[in-house]
Amino acid sequence: MATPVVSASGPPATPAPAPVAAPASASASVPAPTPAPAAAAVPAAAPAASSDPAAAAATTAAPGQTPASAQAPAQTPAPALPGPALPGPFPGGRVVRLHPVILASIVDSYERRNEGAARVIGTLLGTVDKHSVEVTNCFSVPHNESEDEVAVDMEFAKNMYELHKKVSPNELILGWYATGHDITEHSVLIHEYYSREAPNPIHLTVDTSLQNGRMSIKAYVSTLMGVPGRTMGVMFTPLTVKYAYYDTERIGVDLIMKTCFSPNRVIGLSSDLQQVGGASARIQDALSTVLQYAEDVLSGKVSADNTVGRFLMSLVNQVPKIVPDDFETMLNSNINDLLMVTYLANLTQSQIALNEKLVNL
Amino acid sequence: MASRKEGTGSTATSSSSTTGGAGKGKGKGGSGDSAVKQVQIDGLVVLKIIKHYQEEGQGTEVVQGVLLGLVVEDRLEITNCFPFPQHTEDDADFDEVQYQMEMMRSLRHVNIDHLHVGWYQSTYYGSFVTRALLDSQFSYQHAIEESVVLIYDPIKTAQGSLSLKAYRLTPKLMEVCKEKDFSPEALKKANITFEYMFEEVPIVIKNSHLINVLMWELEKKSAVADKHELLSLASSNHLGKNLQLLMDRVDEMSQDIVKYNTYMRNTSKQQQQKHQYQQRRQQENMQRQSRGEPPLPEEDLSKLFKPPQPPARMDSLLIAGQINTYCQNIKEFTAQNLGKLFMAQALQEYNN
Repeated sequence: MATPVVSASGPPATPAPAPVAAPASASASVPAPTPAPAAAAVPAAAPAASSDPAAAAATTAAPGQTPASAQAPAQTPAPALPGPALPGPFPGGRVVRLHPVILASIVDSYERRNEGAARVIGTLLGTVDKHSVEVTNCFSVPHNESEDEVAVDMEFAKNMYELHKKVSPNELILGWYATGHDITEHSVLIHEYYSREAPNPIHLTVDTSLQNGRMSIKAYVSTLMGVPGRTMGVMFTPLTVKYAYYDTERIGVDLIMKTCFSPNRVIGLSSDLQQVGGASARIQDALSTVLQYAEDVLSGKVSADNTVGRFLMSLVNQVPKIVPDDFETMLNSNINDLLMVTYLANLTQSQIALNEKLVNL
Repeated sequence: MASRKEGTGSTATSSSSTTGGAGKGKGKGGSGDSAVKQVQIDGLVVLKIIKHYQEEGQGTEVVQGVLLGLVVEDRLEITNCFPFPQHTEDDADFDEVQYQMEMMRSLRHVNIDHLHVGWYQSTYYGSFVTRALLDSQFSYQHAIEESVVLIYDPIKTAQGSLSLKAYRLTPKLMEVCKEKDFSPEALKKANITFEYMFEEVPIVIKNSHLINVLMWELEKKSAVADKHELLSLASSNHLGKNLQLLMDRVDEMSQDIVKYNTYMRNTSKQQQQKHQYQQRRQQENMQRQSRGEPPLPEEDLSKLFKPPQPPARMDSLLIAGQINTYCQNIKEFTAQNLGKLFMAQALQEYNN
């Protein structure tokens, strides 16, 4: 397998970007509340540095790899960078919509990683919309990572993409993902590769090492930064991540979620009436929560909120008021229909069984 | 027992054209109990199947794909899957076997189980008992003892609860298919009824711990409201469709029965004719003998009276099986609806 080795000397160094980086970072002087993404300190712009050991990494690593995370509003220093405008389809929306199958896939490939590999990477596929980017598929790509170099199997990635295209011709390469909670220097290199495949690729990180007890899922896009006219550096700026579900996906996820509660993480598929029972139990829970809230408000523990009150009222009014006789008639006719259909189904079944016996005589 | 194999070119042997089953994973011998008592599916596979149908299957034919996994004791674990592209007219030189091989080779590089253990298919209102399915499942099961076919019903799922079923062919049916002899005598000998064609294997879903963590994370983050389709009372449409399909099948069945009856009638009529012919022959011969003439030669009766063709039994078995499935579905459905109606009644009573 051809693994072009990308050596660690990638994008050129950012010479002291102090004057330009300062306005960019000034608006971002609120330290990033999420300490997870490693923000390597921009060499001269101290306020932007969300304190991290990555600052040390910035000095030891190849110069110029300065992935930093700034708050979203800091994106608009585009006017401060009169250089190349952001290529590719990223208008002001900047929302990434993920399907749950992607995350499950990523976690699964993380669990199957090779010995000694600290993280897994792979390609993201999906479609681009006017306002958002929808990621609908992904596959993992084998790669080797060590202190000095990164090797990604590009051939494999291309092949897999071709195969996937045969099934869903609408999916494009949108970017790539990596597990782990840091953005390292190698990420920049890999990102650069992917920018050859797709305009303005997205980078998704899924924190499988569960830092802070959470599996944080973040998306980034790279922007250029630096003094215009001189060599530019690369900065990863976060995007909003939303989750998109098809209806059936929602139902599937609900079912899979049940394994969280079972002791050996195994659940069976339930039968018809059990499902109705389960659904009504859920509604019952919801109702008891609402009741509890109402009681709290009445006893003065919680202050009343008008919007909630309106919702409650519409909820109560949704049970239709029907004249009891009419309702009886409706109910009975419906029940009769269902019983008749059941009877017919049983009759049909016995007919074919009979036919079977006759034919075999 | 078949255990997880590190494929050393096991993908090289492909049995039939469409479903190049790889397997060296043969379990114990075929007779007697089925080799698989339970199917364990990863949550990931469920999500992938749902997604595949959602994106590619709208309005078109069935959507298919391959299941990957391994066999552990009497459990079949399905750990991953990949979809199969649909057959398009303009892609004549598309080689399915090659696609499969490539996919599996690539997946092996990223440590995904590359053992074929079955295939999945979506269905429209539960109509999946067809000749094509039988053939495919037979070739899979022939190559790999423990393979199953997962039937995913998207419309039923959209109504509120995941509908995923695993089927295998019964050993008896396997025998018959192996002989490729679908004549009535063979089927009668094997004593196959429509109920005993497919056996359903119970499914459980299993997730790893990390996926559970992911689920909790998603639960917190995503604000998608919980839809209560399952409790909706407006379901007559679904019922109507089901009944329509059932009626079509019953029509086919009755045609089949008519054909069979005609065949029986023809056979018995022919027997009578043969009998009469023989008698007349004998009489003539006796007369000739009494007159001293040579008797007429015995003619080959089978040439004169060609026996009518017995109708194919396999198709009617399949139709019966399909009708059975429809009826089961309808009964499940009505049971649910009755429950819901009673709940609505309770609610109304309380109101008044």
